[in-house]
Amino acid sequence: MFPESPLIQARALTKRFGSFVAVDGIDFDVAPGEAFGFLGPNGAGKTSTMRMIACMSPVSSGTLRILGMDPITDGPNIRRRIGLVPQEDTLDLEMTVLDNLLVYGRYFDLPRKVIRERARRLLDFAQLTDRANDKVDPLSGGLKRRLTIARSLISEPELLLLDEPTTGLDPQARHLLWDRLYRLKQQGVTLIITTHYMDEAEQLCDRLVVMDKGRIAAEGSPRELITRYSTREVLELRFRVDDHAPLAAQLAGLGERIETLPDRLLVYTDDGESAAKSVADRGLDPVASFVRRSSLEDVFLRLTGRTLVD
Amino acid sequence: MITAPARRPTQESAHRIWRSYLYWTHIYRRTWRASIASGFLTPTLFMAAMGVGLGTLVNHHGSSAHQLGGVSYLDFIAPGLLAASAMQMAAIEGMFPVMAGIKWIKFYQAMLATPITVTEVLYAHLLWMATRVAMVSSIFLVAMFAFGAPRSAEVLAAVPVAVLTGMSMAVPAAAFTATRESDQALIGVIRFVVMPMFLFSGTFFPVTQLPAWLRPLAYATPLWHGVVLCRSLSLGDASWASSLGHVGYLLAFIAVATLVARRTFSRRLAA
Repeated sequence: MFPESPLIQARALTKRFGSFVAVDGIDFDVAPGEAFGFLGPNGAGKTSTMRMIACMSPVSSGTLRILGMDPITDGPNIRRRIGLVPQEDTLDLEMTVLDNLLVYGRYFDLPRKVIRERARRLLDFAQLTDRANDKVDPLSGGLKRRLTIARSLISEPELLLLDEPTTGLDPQARHLLWDRLYRLKQQGVTLIITTHYMDEAEQLCDRLVVMDKGRIAAEGSPRELITRYSTREVLELRFRVDDHAPLAAQLAGLGERIETLPDRLLVYTDDGESAAKSVADRGLDPVASFVRRSSLEDVFLRLTGRTLVD
Repeated sequence: MITAPARRPTQESAHRIWRSYLYWTHIYRRTWRASIASGFLTPTLFMAAMGVGLGTLVNHHGSSAHQLGGVSYLDFIAPGLLAASAMQMAAIEGMFPVMAGIKWIKFYQAMLATPITVTEVLYAHLLWMATRVAMVSSIFLVAMFAFGAPRSAEVLAAVPVAVLTGMSMAVPAAAFTATRESDQALIGVIRFVVMPMFLFSGTFFPVTQLPAWLRPLAYATPLWHGVVLCRSLSLGDASWASSLGHVGYLLAFIAVATLVARRTFSRRLAA
């Protein structure tokens, strides 16, 4: 395989469930070694896409090539080389942490000795060595997630699929997980991540697609997308009113663009501080006013008119 | 990367079924003692209460010896119970662990993220159900010998027949479970399918005692074929023709149910 040839190639990839179109003809390529993200709200088609890549759900139409193979005919051979971290943990709660790794390793036809050796290293990697002989059930969400990731690595996959890897975790657990994923990336593992957290996408992804209603709304690196679809800074304003919409008119001309959300106004500008000053000059008195850098959240808002997390 | 030695696709598939089957043996290591103990307890209680206790009354009743074909009630009921308990246990094995695999623990999904396919996950689990029924039926047979119930060495062949009887219930149960969202309907199956079959398929009394209109229904149940065959093997009056007929019926039943299960499993797990 040439180094340039993509690890995954999707053309007009479509997934239908009856009359419902979950994924609506998307195109994308993922290069080896890349960390590639699908960013979008719940129901955007991210998990359906992920399940097709994992060869766990047949493609309805379009083409999908993974590691140069066709999921329809080569499912087992593809899955042998990929690791999956599903949205919901599928750990065996009655088994110990270590047994979860050992049993899973056997599904891949690995010699017991190899599985044992890798399990030891992976427990270390996931910082679970102390818990090796504990049952899984009482472990915290963060520990279970780390175990799921460790388990998905037992086959030493070239491609790791992570479906909403940190949903439901507290900030500390998320950062620890991100650190582990970053290390994997350093080791050359190709990562595919779905998330509805823009900070996660910014932290982990070299390149991402923004998905909405089964379609790809935009594609690029986090920085590119922000440059293309947003301004450098955002001024967030909150007023003591029930409805922020009427106030938007009074801010006209302050920045490149103004977004009205139910609870606040966003002024898109390259210079937030001077925009804030102009707000005061116009005699407006916001309860809260702060300037931040643009994020993927703003990109999503610009592209779809909606926020990522409702 | 470690590459597996080259195998033909069917060999590969058989090997994956085996690897999925190992999950079940691993789980069983935790519960085998209790399962063997209860494996002895159930037939012992049944044969003591029904075969010996109730049997004393039945054997003293003038016409019943004729109805039972001239054998004691214990000898009549023991092989029937062997088939009926295999069916009952297989129904449970075909339902709740399947629901656990799909929903409660999701070990099916875990396997499906590896090279193992849906059909292989199904076959491995069916194979395990058959293993369990074989184990429990073998224990049952030992208990039967302890009570002196078998009249022929042919009774040894009743264990594989009990496995077929069990699978003729387990496979449709698994196929059905894969279409359910909760165990509510499964409890209904136990009440309205398993229990009536257990009681009215010739285990405790000959089907000829049933009202004429109900008999065809009893003859259609796979359990009746299992009960009759196990009984004739235990009593030593089995003929080749009728034995093959019963085995053929059970195998056909299992084959059709397996095709249905492949469909419902694929729909549920690989949509």
